[in-house]
Amino acid sequence: MNCNKEAVELMHKYLDGDLSKPEETELRVHLEDCEACQTHFHELKRTITLIHSAEQISAPKNFTENVMQQLPAEKKRMRYSRWFKAHPILTAAAIFFVFMISGVFSAWNQDSELVVSKQEDLIIQGDTVIVPEGVTVEGDLLVKNGNLIVNGTVDGNVTLINGKLLEESIESEGLMASVGEVNGELKMVDQVFEWIWYKTKDLFKGIFAF
Amino acid sequence: MDQIIREKIKLVKKGDQSAYEDVVSFFQNKIYQHCFRMLGNAHEAEDIAQEAFIRAYVNIHSFDDKRKFSTWLYRIATNLTIDRIRKRKPDYYLDAEVKGTDGLDMYSQLASKDRLPGEEVESIELQRYIHQEISGLPPKYRSIIMLRYLEEFSLQEISDILDIPLGTVKTRIHRGREALRKRLRHV
Repeated sequence: MNCNKEAVELMHKYLDGDLSKPEETELRVHLEDCEACQTHFHELKRTITLIHSAEQISAPKNFTENVMQQLPAEKKRMRYSRWFKAHPILTAAAIFFVFMISGVFSAWNQDSELVVSKQEDLIIQGDTVIVPEGVTVEGDLLVKNGNLIVNGTVDGNVTLINGKLLEESIESEGLMASVGEVNGELKMVDQVFEWIWYKTKDLFKGIFAF
Repeated sequence: MDQIIREKIKLVKKGDQSAYEDVVSFFQNKIYQHCFRMLGNAHEAEDIAQEAFIRAYVNIHSFDDKRKFSTWLYRIATNLTIDRIRKRKPDYYLDAEVKGTDGLDMYSQLASKDRLPGEEVESIELQRYIHQEISGLPPKYRSIIMLRYLEEFSLQEISDILDIPLGTVKTRIHRGREALRKRLRHV
C-alpha cells in the first residue's frame, strides 16, 4: 500500500466515520506493519484532541443587550399586546373603567336636553321656558336643563333641575309689573347637578389631556 | 434546547422582539467565539457577531422552520467573517502579525477555570497556542475545522452552513487536518 496516498486517505475516511469494514481491516493491517503511518495516524488523532482543547472564549459583557438595542423597532401593536398579557388585572380594570366612563358620559349627554313637563300654554324660547302673563298652569311643573320665567301663575309645585328661575323676561324691557305666582313649592336641584357636572367635566379633561 | 429555540423563533416571526433576546443570549458565546477564531481580533469579532444576530433578526422570515436555526445563524456569521477578511486593507495584516502582543485582550476573553496557578498558566499557554495555530490556517480550512471540532457540526451540516458540496467539505477537512498535524506535531 502506498503510505502517502492510500493509507492517509483511509485514515481521513476513518476520522470522518466513512470507512467501510473491508477498508478498516485494510488500514489496520497496514498500520501494524508501517511505523511511519502509525505515527501519522497517532498525530492526526492527537491533533483533533488538541483542537478540542483550544481555549473557550465567551462573548463580551452586555453583548445581548447591545444586540437588542440595535434591532429595528418592533411594531407597536406587539408591544401593547405583550404588555396586556403581562398585566391582565390592569387590563381588565382599564377596560371596565373605559366602559363605565363612556356610560356616564352618554347619560350626561342625553340629560342635557331641555325637558319640560307637558302643559299647555307654555312658551319655549331656546332653553328658557316662559309661563306667559295671564296664564295659569295647572299641575306640577318640571323644567330640566332650562331656565324658567314665571309671568303668569303656576298652580302646583315647580321643580327646576339644572336651571334657574329668572325674574325678568328675556327682552327685559324695564321692570315687569307683576312677577308671576307659584302656588306651591319651588324646588331647585340646580347646584347639586352643577357640582356633579363640573366634577365630571374636570375628570374628562384630565383623562383626555393625559 | 432545540425545541425551545424553535418556539422562540416562532414568536420572533410573529413580531415578538423580546423572544429574540433569549435566542441571542443562548448563541452569543458560540457565535462570538466563531467570529473571534475566524478574525483573530476581539473588536472585529464583536462587531461581526452583533451584525450576524441583527441580520438574522431582520431576515428571520426567510428562515425555513424545518431547518436548524443554528446552521442558519452560523452561515450568516461565517459569510460575514469571510466578507470582512476579504475587505481588510492590506496594511491590516501588519497588525494581525503581532497577535502575541495583544495577549492581554485575549486573556480577558478566557473562560475562567479553577486550577492551580502554575497549571493554569501552562494550560492557557497551550490553549492559546492551539488557537493561534488554528487561526493560522487559510480561512476556508479554518472555518471547516472550527465548525467540525469546536462547534461539533456534522459534515452534512457544515456543507449546509458553507453552502458547498459535501465532497468539498471532506477534501478541505482532510487538508485542514493535515496542515494542523504538521503545526501541532511538536506540542
